Amino acid sequence: MGLMLLVVIWLITLVSTYIFIAKWWWLPVGASSAAAAIDHHFTVTFILMGVVFVAAQLALGYLVWSYRDRGSAPGKESYSHGNTKLEIVWTVLTTVLFVGMNLASSSIWASERFRQAEANAVHVEVTGMQFAWYFRYPGPDGKFGVTKPELEDASAGGEAALGMDPKDPASKDDVVSGVMVVPVNREIEVILRSHDVIHSFFVPQMRFKQDAVPGLAIHMHFTPIQTGEFEIACAELCGLGHYKMHGFVKVVSQEEFDKWLAAREAEKQ
Amino acid sequence: MASFSTTATVDDPRNTLGDGEILPPVLAGGGDDRSGPGMPDYATRLRRARLGLLVLLVPIFMLFVSFTSAYIVRQGLPTLDPQTNLLVKDWIPVKLPTLLLVNTFVLLLSSLGMELARRQFRGEAVLASGDAAPKISSSEQSKMPWLAMTLVLGLLFLFGQWTAWRQLAASGFYVSSTPSSSFVYLLTGTHAVHLMGGILALFVASIAGLFGRALARRSIVIDVTAWYWHFMAGLWVYILCLLEFAR
Amino acid sequence: MVGGTGGGETITMSTHESAVHAADAHAAPQGFIRKWVFSLDHKVIGLQYFFLALVAVFVGMFLSLLMRIHLIWPTVALPFFGEMQPATYLSLLTMHGTIMVFFVLTTAPQGGFGNYFLPIQIGAPDMAFPVLNMLSFWTTFLGFIVLLAAFFVTGGAPLHGWTGYAPLSALRSMPGEELGADLWITSIAIFCLGALMGALNFITTTLDMRAKGMTMMRMPLTVWSWFITAILGLLAFGVLLSAGILLLMDRNLGTSFFVPLVTLNGQLTGHKGGSPLLWQHLFWFFGHPEVYIAILPAMGLCSQLLSVFSRKPIFGYKAMVYAMLSIGFLGFMVWGHHMFMSGMSPYTAFAFSIMTMGIGVPSAIKTFNWLGTIWRGRIRFHSPMLFAVGFVSLFVTGGISGPFLAQPVLDIYLHETYFVIAHFHLIMGVASIFGIFGATYYWFPKMFGKMMNETLAKLHFWLTFVGAYAIFMPMHYSGMAGQLRRYSQGTEVAWIKALTPIQVFISIAAFITIGSQFIFLFNLFWSMWKGKKASDNPWEATTLEWITATPPPHDNFGGRTPVVHNGPYEYSVPGAPKDFVMQTDPEIEPAH
Repeated sequence: MGLMLLVVIWLITLVSTYIFIAKWWWLPVGASSAAAAIDHHFTVTFILMGVVFVAAQLALGYLVWSYRDRGSAPGKESYSHGNTKLEIVWTVLTTVLFVGMNLASSSIWASERFRQAEANAVHVEVTGMQFAWYFRYPGPDGKFGVTKPELEDASAGGEAALGMDPKDPASKDDVVSGVMVVPVNREIEVILRSHDVIHSFFVPQMRFKQDAVPGLAIHMHFTPIQTGEFEIACAELCGLGHYKMHGFVKVVSQEEFDKWLAAREAEKQ
Repeated sequence: MASFSTTATVDDPRNTLGDGEILPPVLAGGGDDRSGPGMPDYATRLRRARLGLLVLLVPIFMLFVSFTSAYIVRQGLPTLDPQTNLLVKDWIPVKLPTLLLVNTFVLLLSSLGMELARRQFRGEAVLASGDAAPKISSSEQSKMPWLAMTLVLGLLFLFGQWTAWRQLAASGFYVSSTPSSSFVYLLTGTHAVHLMGGILALFVASIAGLFGRALARRSIVIDVTAWYWHFMAGLWVYILCLLEFAR
Repeated sequence: MVGGTGGGETITMSTHESAVHAADAHAAPQGFIRKWVFSLDHKVIGLQYFFLALVAVFVGMFLSLLMRIHLIWPTVALPFFGEMQPATYLSLLTMHGTIMVFFVLTTAPQGGFGNYFLPIQIGAPDMAFPVLNMLSFWTTFLGFIVLLAAFFVTGGAPLHGWTGYAPLSALRSMPGEELGADLWITSIAIFCLGALMGALNFITTTLDMRAKGMTMMRMPLTVWSWFITAILGLLAFGVLLSAGILLLMDRNLGTSFFVPLVTLNGQLTGHKGGSPLLWQHLFWFFGHPEVYIAILPAMGLCSQLLSVFSRKPIFGYKAMVYAMLSIGFLGFMVWGHHMFMSGMSPYTAFAFSIMTMGIGVPSAIKTFNWLGTIWRGRIRFHSPMLFAVGFVSLFVTGGISGPFLAQPVLDIYLHETYFVIAHFHLIMGVASIFGIFGATYYWFPKMFGKMMNETLAKLHFWLTFVGAYAIFMPMHYSGMAGQLRRYSQGTEVAWIKALTPIQVFISIAAFITIGSQFIFLFNLFWSMWKGKKASDNPWEATTLEWITATPPPHDNFGGRTPVVHNGPYEYSVPGAPKDFVMQTDPEIEPAH
């Protein structure tokens, strides 16, 4: 029985670890400036915890087999209430490992989250509602127009869905889109809002996730460094349509972005 | 299936420790000077009941700590005004009815009465525990006033709270009118429900006396209810101060 | 005692006469109702909790079976249910979580085994307040009934997840959030009351009713775990109750504690100014200690089993006690790690993150000590030991994913993915369940006087151990690849659709593993009638429950008072006549 435990535990450990190391499934390739540091730290954590995982499981399997009852009488070494020195050693080591790992990641967290977006970031207001994402650009005046809940009309899409007040001068140049278009290599400041319940804006390749909370306007930023089309999925349970509340981020060159925005502005006239 | 027939006999020694004596395990027989098989003595039961009460006060405390933190958070919380895209605070303080001060006085008075009742019963119970004659119940009738007074004042307090609610409603502050009014109803209501529990305990203890229930158990009930009562009085003062000064 | 006996008898204050008839709380009750329904005996109440949890776990498992079927065959028409709608899937998910967390993981280890064995293991004849104990069970039972009722009312069971985030959970006009949601909140509130009553008893009993010689540091680690768990419950359930009250008020009285200005289907709701984050703070202030409530008793039991079946004292008893105390204490300071992505301040996130890494340390210490207990032991592979070993393995695996999630910068990606589901299921949904299984196989002989069938037990172990890994290990992979949780189907988002093969594998593993639990169920009931008769101490263990008759009599020790001279883990003591020394045996010469 001890041997069976060893074999099964070792097998499960080694097979599952192999699948991790061989990356049968892994994070998608990063496409934002933050991805490199995040992924690097993920790998560091993965290696450290992987070593602990393998060591602990293999030790467990080995000990359970090695110390099976062979019918011998208890030896003196069997009677031990512990070893205080050893306790202190592994307590300190564990603390150093865990806290050290955390402090290392905290510097990345700080660099991403402790600062506001840069002054020349591209602003996009991202609004979640059951069950779609809308994206609004402030236009040349740099200001978002006022929205009023009473004016919301989701069935009409676009500006009406956001409840934009057409009487506010700042609204005149706001562009609303069902697809998020952004220029590459520019910092994008997203302002997350929600009309009804909590949603969450998640773009895996950008290593970006942030809840959109009604009653708040949450400012967050990321910098895409690759062009392409990246799918967005809602990452906070928001009701019946949670599983199909998805969208797209299209990262394009600066020229294409300017052209796109200009064309949308022109449509509004 | 499992069988739970007892093997304990009526003459068994107590099997809990109240005084530090070392008792050898005894299978059966041998009466001793404790009250009944397996029944710990009065001091132990009182201590245990008081410990239980102390433990009970912890989650009640946590409940009101939680409400307090919700209160403080909500008070200072800005919310997004979509009209202006700005964060605004929307806290409107409630003018508390002066009746609440009267109710406070009533409650504090009842606490005094409660303490007097507690000591009264405690004294009798201790007296009785050293007494050869076990029958006390008949003479308790004449000792009811403090307990009755506490009950009456407690009920008066609840009636006063109810009236204060009606006054609040009359001045336009219903439970959902403003966040501040929600908290007034919430805190006073939850306190009142808890006080009702204490009133119920006193009521049962009083009725039990009329039916000749043992003094020891009733005095323990009254003792722990008294501490509970004082806690409720203190809690009420805290709630009042929170609502009045933390605005 | 407060509450007194089961009615009718007068307790006199006489000190010179013994009671004439069975006047104390420890006389055996007569009559079916008094003996089995409204019993005041902690052993019967423990069994009642155990069987309640047994029903709950099979209901919860059935719900997850339906979920796993739907995830791989979204359009198939199930018998009796028809084709499953998104609302149904989300309701199943909500009720699965709620039933499992409250009515299984907080009920069986604490209410079940804790009630049964805590008084016995400390040498007491019953809990401090037997009437309150009885009420705590029936309150919990009522909570379960109210919860199940949610399935049968208009609108069905709620769909907001066991975490019940507002505003989704706070608006009556939300589809799927009608009366069922109110019943859900009410059920949880009732559960809080039952749990608090139980905690009151556990704490008072442990502090005030230990037998002579049973110092705190001679208590078995199971008792410590129940005691600390009760303290956690005492502090946490009041906060959950407060959150539930506020949510009920938002839903039914028009208040706005949690609901800001929102529109639903283009309509204003009348709420404004509330904070969804306030709900999260209150809920998780309870929710995080809750997961320690779910795991601590299993940890205590694991320590017990490893020691008994390795014939060796637990390695580092004091460290184990301090570790459990630290876990309990730190458990109240880490709740924000559920909220890194919620819009909470990033500075606050950093603080919570450091505390969370801190709590990994005592868990690691416990793991080292379990390994240290086995080391140089003489292991006997009875079924309780298999589950203890399985517990350690599963706890390690589940614990390893913790440090990933505890770091906000990694949580950005992993939050709300299947990686999280893997983490908490491995610890709560498997390791803690292994604690319940281990406890059942271990204490069954004492509770029912019969042995469970070892062959079936071992078969159950292997199928469940391998099956659990087959279900939950792949969830790490799919989570890293971005699979999001609480999706009723994976057909809409391209990268999630690509992960369907993993879901198929998981579902098949789940079908087999769920099926294997019927082996346990069969073994449990068959052994009660047909099992081999058990001796008083079949495992040759040292703690006080093994000196009682089997099953124990009404007052546990048959009129005797145990006097304790030894610690709870005196195995293989050099110079002792047998390889175990009971706690009531004469004091051994300390050889260490």
